[in-house]
Amino acid sequence: MARAISTPKKIMWTALAWGVGLLIFFPILWTFLTSFKTEATAISDPPVWFLFDWTTENYSDVLARSNYPLALMNSIIIAVGSTLLGIVIAVPAAWAMAFVPGKRTKDVLMWMLSTKMLPAVGVLYPLVLIAKYLNVYDSRIMLIVVLMLINLPIIVWMLYTYFREIPGEILEAARMDGASLGKEIIYVLTPMALPGIASTILLNIILAWNEAFWTILLTTVDAAPLTKFIASFSAPEGLFYAKLSAASIMAIAPIIVMGWFSQKQLVRGLTFGAVK
Amino acid sequence: MGRITLDRVQKKFGDVEVIPPLDLIIEDGEFVVFVGPSGCGKSTLLRLIAGLEDVSGGEIRIDGRPATDLPPAKRGLAMVFQSYALYPHMSVRKNIAFPLKMAGMAQDEQDRRIAKAATALNLTDYLDRRPGQLSGGQRQRVAIGRAIVREPAAFLFDEPLSNLDAALRVGMRMEISELHKTLATTMIYVTHDQVEAMTMADKIVVLRAGHVEQVGSPLELYKTPRNTFVAGFIGSPKMNLLTGAAAAAHGAATIGIRPEHLDVVDSGGTFTGRVGVAEHLGSDTFFHVHVPEMAEPMTVRAGGEVGLTHGDTIHLTPRAAHIHRFDAQGLRIA
Repeated sequence: MARAISTPKKIMWTALAWGVGLLIFFPILWTFLTSFKTEATAISDPPVWFLFDWTTENYSDVLARSNYPLALMNSIIIAVGSTLLGIVIAVPAAWAMAFVPGKRTKDVLMWMLSTKMLPAVGVLYPLVLIAKYLNVYDSRIMLIVVLMLINLPIIVWMLYTYFREIPGEILEAARMDGASLGKEIIYVLTPMALPGIASTILLNIILAWNEAFWTILLTTVDAAPLTKFIASFSAPEGLFYAKLSAASIMAIAPIIVMGWFSQKQLVRGLTFGAVK
Repeated sequence: MGRITLDRVQKKFGDVEVIPPLDLIIEDGEFVVFVGPSGCGKSTLLRLIAGLEDVSGGEIRIDGRPATDLPPAKRGLAMVFQSYALYPHMSVRKNIAFPLKMAGMAQDEQDRRIAKAATALNLTDYLDRRPGQLSGGQRQRVAIGRAIVREPAAFLFDEPLSNLDAALRVGMRMEISELHKTLATTMIYVTHDQVEAMTMADKIVVLRAGHVEQVGSPLELYKTPRNTFVAGFIGSPKMNLLTGAAAAAHGAATIGIRPEHLDVVDSGGTFTGRVGVAEHLGSDTFFHVHVPEMAEPMTVRAGGEVGLTHGDTIHLTPRAAHIHRFDAQGLRIA
């Protein structure tokens, strides 16, 4: 769509876009700066922006005081594990809904989405009781299953949308060509839906990585991921803004790096189907 | 071998009966065309034979063996889709090889068959391209190639030419006809285009609302349409169907006269009217004539160049031997 926009207007819109972008990015920038301050500088009023004595002592303190590698490992296992488990369950589900829809398929999809509107705290008590009863409280497996269940509606919805883009005739052609259901999914459906599956995986790893409610409430030490790791620095006995910031930066760095490298794939996946 | 028998085959979608119980025999090696207006159930019938839809009743036999409950893969049939349905992520070679790979065929036999099909279809230079890099006609050839390498019992074509432009369509029509002569394999071809049906078929099955209206060779259908529907559907331009006094004069409720069976005479004639539109094609001239006592304009095909134009008075006489008579139910009177 060609539309003539005058230069001053262009400048105005660009400035506005940058302004909004900076506003969104500001907390992360502030956390980053604070993580290199001393605790005293961190709470100074008025705040110091860049001209302070940069120090990495917060990072070494955090690393010495807590088990960062364990939390990192837990985060990776929980985020990747819950996503892959979700994909394994969601691919056949989305296949069925996209290619052999029944009368109630739309209702099922809406119902699945509606579970995302349920306040999580509503099922907190039963879940904690179940976890204690099954003796899986503070275990990775519990978090993998819980986070998988929480993100499953989104995974199914995304895959369903991608699968719907694949013409049914191509799958029928595979059937005519002698492919069994399994081979049809492996050789034809999956390769064609690969960009969609990849962005679904990426997005869900990010969602699972950032999930704080369940990871904080269902863990103590052994299975505690980076979210819990950050939370443990906001202790009631004293505010350690600089250390809290250092912990936060260490927790979000891996996912930001991953997001940065896969941003093309993410954007492509999320807009897939919007443009024919 | 590819003799396909449909025995009381029926299809319902919920409570809607799309195809009422239907009998049909397709002989080995025949080129059968299913033709009818859109929504007549011709594609559904093809998909029932393919196994892509389940029948609601009746039986399908392929070469005498019951096939009703076989999955598509086990029926030994190959299908060419309207949208070509090529695998976009595979090269042309892999597309053509896919059915052979699924059948677990040895690699050297696969290569031999692919080379043979590629030569026959002029695809040798394109084997390593992706479908997205090919033109519509080439894609259609790849789809045909994928069908022929399997050496199936029968080929099923679902409106394969409707996505091509007019010039290409005529060319591909010839190629498919020639392929049928070469392979001598049963082919079932679905189209809504009666010209395709007339030019390609050994046997035409005319369908309307799931019912078989008539089965016969193109010329049988042209010469002796069983009812007014077939009479109006087969032939181009359409047959003139006249009711009222003109029909009563021949002892019928409706009479049908093809445009090519109306002679333009200098004076007198059975019908006198005014030329609405004159289409001069050089080889032929088509007139759309408004006859005062008729509700619909009549179409006339005059050979060569006839110098009449819009507004001129025209006198027409039908050839008596070519008047088709139909009763009040629309059925042919012998």
